[in-house]
Amino acid sequence: MNAPRPSAVPILRLGDVLVTGLLNELDDTSALMFTDELTERIVADGARGVLIDVSRLDLIDSFVARTLTELATMARLLGARVIVAGMRPAVAITLVELGLQLRGVETALNAEQGMHALGWQQAPGSSRGDSYDALR
Amino acid sequence: MTLYDEGYARGAQQADGPLRPVGLDVAPGAATTHAVMSEQDLLTVRHAVRSATVEAGFALVDQTRIVTAASELARNAYVHGGGGSLTIEVLGHGARAGVRLIVRDNGPGIPDLEKALTDGWTTGAGLGHGLGGARRLMHEFDVDTVVGQGTTVTAIRWNNR
Repeated sequence: MNAPRPSAVPILRLGDVLVTGLLNELDDTSALMFTDELTERIVADGARGVLIDVSRLDLIDSFVARTLTELATMARLLGARVIVAGMRPAVAITLVELGLQLRGVETALNAEQGMHALGWQQAPGSSRGDSYDALR
Repeated sequence: MTLYDEGYARGAQQADGPLRPVGLDVAPGAATTHAVMSEQDLLTVRHAVRSATVEAGFALVDQTRIVTAASELARNAYVHGGGGSLTIEVLGHGARAGVRLIVRDNGPGIPDLEKALTDGWTTGAGLGHGLGGARRLMHEFDVDTVVGQGTTVTAIRWNNR
C-alpha cells in the first residue's frame, strides 16, 4: 500500500493533540485524502486528541458533514477524541435545517475552548479570546 | 409539489433558451449557466451562487442556505446525473428579490421521487439528506425527472418573505 499523498491541509502536532482546519476550497478528493492522512497521523503520532477548526468554512453541506462524522468515528476507533471547533452561526442554522446534526461529533465554540477540552490550558496572563480572534 | 406552471419546467428541459416564467420579471442578463462536470465545478458554482445571493440582497444566513442548497443539487447532478449544469437567476418581482437555481442533468432520472425526497434515503455515498434538505432550504422547489432522460430541479428563495 502506498503512503497517502499529502493533502493540502496542514496538520500540526502539539503534544498529544493534532490541530488542523478545513478550508472552503477543499474539493472532494482532497477531503478524502485529508481523512486518510489524518488517521495515519493519529496512529503515527500517537495522538489522543484532534482539533478540527471549521471557522473558515462558510458552508457545510452533506458531503463535508459526512466527512466530519466519519473522521470522528475513525479517530474514536483509533483511541483519539475529535473536537470540531468554531462553526459559524449561519452554518449551524443551515445544517440543522438541512437535517444534519453531526451526531457523535463533539464540538466547541472556538479553537481555544476546543483545546481546553482536550486538556490544553491557556497560558497565564493572556486575556480570554485573543488567540481565537486572531484566527478570523 | 409543482409550485408554478408545470409547462415551464418541461419547457426548461427541452429548450435551453431564455426562460420566461409567467408572473416573474427577470432582470435581463441576470441569468448565468455554469457547467457541473467536475469537482472543481462544484466549488466554482458555489462562488457564483454566493455572488448572486449578495447581488439579490440576502443576509448572511439566507446566503448560506441558498449556497448550501446549490451545493447539494450540483453534487446530485455531478454524482448521480453524470454531470450537468446549474443556471442562476436573480429575480426581481415588485419589491422583493430572489434567486432561482435550475440544476439540470441528463442522467438516469429518479424512479421514486417521493422516496428520494425522504431523509436518509440514498443510492450513493451521501447521507441521503441532499434533495429533501435542499428543498427545506428553499421557498419553492420543483423536480422534473424522467427515468432514462434526466432530472431538472428548479428552486427559488425569496428575500423579504
